[in-house]
Amino acid sequence: MMYDTRMTTPRQWELLFFCWLLTLLATAGSLFLSEVMDYAPCVLCWYQRIPMYALVIVLGVGLQTQDPGVVKYATPLALIGLALATYHCLLYLGFIPKSIQPCGKGVSCADVKLQLWGVVTIPLMSLLVFGAISAGLLFAKRKRDL
Amino acid sequence: MKKNIYLVGAVFAVLMVFALGMFIYQDKQGKERTDTVNKNAASLVKFHSPSTGASDAKVTIVEFFDPACEACRAFYPVVKSILAENQGKVRLVLRYAPFHQDSDVVVKILEAAKAQGLYWQTLEAVFKAQPVWAEHGNPQVQRVWEFLRPLGLDIEKAKRDMEGAGIASILKQDMEDATTLQVRKTPTFFVNGKPWEVISLDGLKALVQEAIKAKYP
Repeated sequence: MMYDTRMTTPRQWELLFFCWLLTLLATAGSLFLSEVMDYAPCVLCWYQRIPMYALVIVLGVGLQTQDPGVVKYATPLALIGLALATYHCLLYLGFIPKSIQPCGKGVSCADVKLQLWGVVTIPLMSLLVFGAISAGLLFAKRKRDL
Repeated sequence: MKKNIYLVGAVFAVLMVFALGMFIYQDKQGKERTDTVNKNAASLVKFHSPSTGASDAKVTIVEFFDPACEACRAFYPVVKSILAENQGKVRLVLRYAPFHQDSDVVVKILEAAKAQGLYWQTLEAVFKAQPVWAEHGNPQVQRVWEFLRPLGLDIEKAKRDMEGAGIASILKQDMEDATTLQVRKTPTFFVNGKPWEVISLDGLKALVQEAIKAKYP
C-alpha cells in the first residue's frame, strides 16, 4: 500500500501519538507536583520542563496536521531532555558530587523529595519518559524509511 | 477527523484526571490539617499574643503574619473592616511568622512598641511604609524607625527593649507554634480553629460570616 509521503503513515501517527501522550502526562504530573502538592521545582527540574512542555505543543501540532517532519523537530528536544534527566539521576545517585551541581540558590537538586516504591524518583520518571519519547521518535523515523 | 477526536479526548482525559487528583489531594490535606489544628488547639493563642476586639467574642480570627509580606499588608484593611462590621462578635489575635529576611527585627520593633502602648499604630505605620523597608532580597529594616517617630514612640527605649529576653522568647514561641500548626505561607488565618490560606479577599469574609452565623444564630 502506498502512502502520501507528505503525511504520517498510520503506524507513525500511532507512535507519535504515544510519545505525545507521555509528554502530556509528564506535563500534567509535573504541574501536579509543583502546583497542587507544593513541591518547588529545582533548577534542573526547570531545565527538563522546558523541552517537555515544548514537546507537548510540537508533537501535538505535528499530530494534528499529520506532518512527518515533526520527528525532526521533536528529536533534539527529546535528546536534550534525556541528557538533562540522565545528569539529574546521576546527581541523585551520588555519581556526581554535590559541590558541582548547578544550583547554589533555592531548592537543592540533590534532595530526594519523592520516592515511590523506594526507587522511582522524579528525575527517574523524567528519564524514562524522555527515553521512551526518544526511542519512539527513532522508530517513527524508521517507519517512514521502511 | 478521528485523529482530532483522539487528540482532544486525550487532553480532556488528562485534564479530568488532574482536576480529580487535585480535588482528592486537597480534600485529604484539608482534613489532615484540621486534625493537626484540633490536636494542637493550645498553640493557636498565647497569653502574649496581641489581640483586638471584644474579649468575650465567640469568633476568634488568629492571623499568622509577616510584617514584610505584601499579602498581609493587603489583608490588613480587610481584617480591620471585618472587625468593625461585626463589633463584639469577632476578635483578632495576631501571631508572627517572619519568613522574610530580617522581618524578625521588625517583629521585635512591634513588640517593643507594644510595651509603650502603641502596638496598633505601629503596625499600621509598618505596613504603610512596607514598600520602603521591605524590598525583597534587600530589606532595609532600619528605615522603619523614621516612620515611627511621628507616632510619639520613644525610639531609644524601644531600641533597648527590643533586644530583651522576653521579646526573643515571644518570637521563638510564635515560630514554634507556626511550625506545629503547619503555617507555611503568610498570611494564614484560623477562624475558630479552621485554617484558611489566602485565595481571595472575599474568601476570608465568607469564612468569618459562616462562623458568626454558627455562633450567633
